[in-house]
Amino acid sequence: MTTPTRQTSAGAPGGGATPSPTGGLLLSRSLPRFFEPALLLVLAAVVGGALFLTGLFNVPLLAVVTLLAYMVTITIASAVVENGRKAKDRLVTAVVYACFALAMVPLVSLLWTVIVNGLQRLDGYFLTVSMNGVTPSMDAGGVYHAIIGTLMITGLAAVISIPIGLMTAIYLVEYGRGRLKQAITFFVDVMTGIPSIVAGLFVVALWMMVFGPGKTNGAAGAIALSVLMIPVVVRSCEEMLRLVPNELREASYALGVPKWLTILKVVLPTAIAGITTGIMLALARVIGETAPLILTAGSSAVAINWNLFNGQMMSLPVFIYSQVRMGNAINYERAWAAALTLIVIVMLLFFVARLVSRFFAPKLGR
Amino acid sequence: MAKRIDVSGLHVYYGDFLAVEDVSMTIEPRSVTAFIGSSGCGKSTFLRTLNRMHEVTPGARVQGKVMLDDQDIYAPDVDPVAVRREIGMVFQRPNPFPTMSIYDNVIAGAKLNNKRLSKSEADDLVERSLRGANLWDEVKDRLGKPGAGLSGGQQQRLCIARAIAVEPAVLLMDEPCSALDPISTLAIEDLISKLKESYTIVIVTHNMQQAARVSDVTAFFNLAGTGKPGKLIEMGETNKIFTKPEKKETENYITGRFG
Ligand SMILES: Nc1ncnc2c1ncn2[C@@H]1O[C@H](COP(=O)(O)OP(=O)(O)OP(=O)(O)O)[C@@H](O)[C@H]1O
Ligand SMILES: [Mg+2]
Repeated sequence: MTTPTRQTSAGAPGGGATPSPTGGLLLSRSLPRFFEPALLLVLAAVVGGALFLTGLFNVPLLAVVTLLAYMVTITIASAVVENGRKAKDRLVTAVVYACFALAMVPLVSLLWTVIVNGLQRLDGYFLTVSMNGVTPSMDAGGVYHAIIGTLMITGLAAVISIPIGLMTAIYLVEYGRGRLKQAITFFVDVMTGIPSIVAGLFVVALWMMVFGPGKTNGAAGAIALSVLMIPVVVRSCEEMLRLVPNELREASYALGVPKWLTILKVVLPTAIAGITTGIMLALARVIGETAPLILTAGSSAVAINWNLFNGQMMSLPVFIYSQVRMGNAINYERAWAAALTLIVIVMLLFFVARLVSRFFAPKLGR
Repeated sequence: MAKRIDVSGLHVYYGDFLAVEDVSMTIEPRSVTAFIGSSGCGKSTFLRTLNRMHEVTPGARVQGKVMLDDQDIYAPDVDPVAVRREIGMVFQRPNPFPTMSIYDNVIAGAKLNNKRLSKSEADDLVERSLRGANLWDEVKDRLGKPGAGLSGGQQQRLCIARAIAVEPAVLLMDEPCSALDPISTLAIEDLISKLKESYTIVIVTHNMQQAARVSDVTAFFNLAGTGKPGKLIEMGETNKIFTKPEKKETENYITGRFG
């Protein structure tokens, strides 16, 4: 790990240090560029050796002790050779990188675990067959029906939530005044805090009222996800629309363009990159929802169901949940493979979002 | 083409705050009228009421009458959108549309209004407007490039081209040169002198020399005191205002003595 250093920039001596005798007024002595990585390597070797001798060697301990030693040494070295301000700079740089590394540890470890475990079973067969007719003792079955379910349910949820959320955001930013605007903002905030299981219960109750008991289906799941997704879409689109400078709206009005066309053709295109990213984040949030889907779309479907409006529908998170509950080795394998599938789907979503925002982003190029 | 603007007894409010009090003036067609006056005396506010742009600001409202030739622009059945097609505006900071190319920026008035232009009509309009704004030679080889990639002065001339592409009768300019270097400023001043042959032009400026150079008529606005509304103090031929103004206040402002 190398840290960017700024030895080349000639900072005025600060922190109460006197100008170094060798340089002019603006020059100050500095540690050589290779000092930081070299120090880190040397310390790692020393600490590693010491731990080996005492028989305590393990990687996390090595990392922690090396890092602490590094922070102390670099600060002292810098304070002696350079000056107080640079010493602080180096210390804080080290702390920031350490925090970054710390934050990456669980993420990398999680991805690693999922990939290693998931790859055991993830193959073309697994992705293209359902669990129809698979008995617990069989080494067969796949996740196709759950992929279909997840895509269809989240797809319907997106079709419902994106227009409603986007238009609410447009209302709030471009038209809303006074009480109604305050009320909507408040309820959107409240909706953001709804626990997902409550959204599921709400839809179950709704279906019970309208269609009678036992009639829940994929569409019910999509509605439950919409309840969770709409406030997130509203929030992120609102932020993005607010970022569009008023000058652009005024420029458009001054050309004799009515307000609705201004919104449609100036405001939305300018904000489209941010809006797509926001919508993708909202989708990623609901695509992994489990609890509301267990209540609504059901957890026992084993066959492919293309119909959102009839019968139970499996989805990837629920598939993982029900496999883990069965508890045999093969179930765990299936669960890991399904988890990996889900992560890949989310990654693809983000990739598409990147492309879309790259494509639409305001062109400032010279 | 160019039209006369007749303002009588105009008051402008922001909520309860009276920003501009009782302005009456006539702005002649095919001439340049300059508004000068200290900061905060309501020049921009007044200018924006001439094409109802102030209505974009929540709480802003006017009392009084503004006639464009013989049409009252505040009559109840007048659509502000139609008013703005007749009376264009150029802002202090250049604001080309960042999502559009230079070409599309120029024809934005037509494009945003879903007007169909044939390719040759559009090409024609773009060239005519860019030539009109003295920008054609600098950008003719990169019309497809983003408008935001031009220099500040070029962007401002692009905005002027965009404004004249919708062929308004009147062009309002709020400190169009305040963010520009002397060369670009001169380019825009030349442009204004050229445009006045076919448009009515109103320009707000803090630069006395600029007002003296480009305008035929000058209007001086001032505040009666802090917290008091801005007023039109004196209006007349630019020569006269700058050599022998009638009011002491005008003379003080022009010669640099305030208060
Ligand atoms: N959106 C607004 N809401 C409330 N008051 C405003 C608003 N815009 C301007 N004002 C007030 O109206 C008065 C006139 O402002 P205006 O912007 O018209 O001044 P100006 O003459 O253009 O000044 P400058 O030369 O600095 O641009 C000022 O007192 C200002 O504070
Ligand atoms: Mg102003």
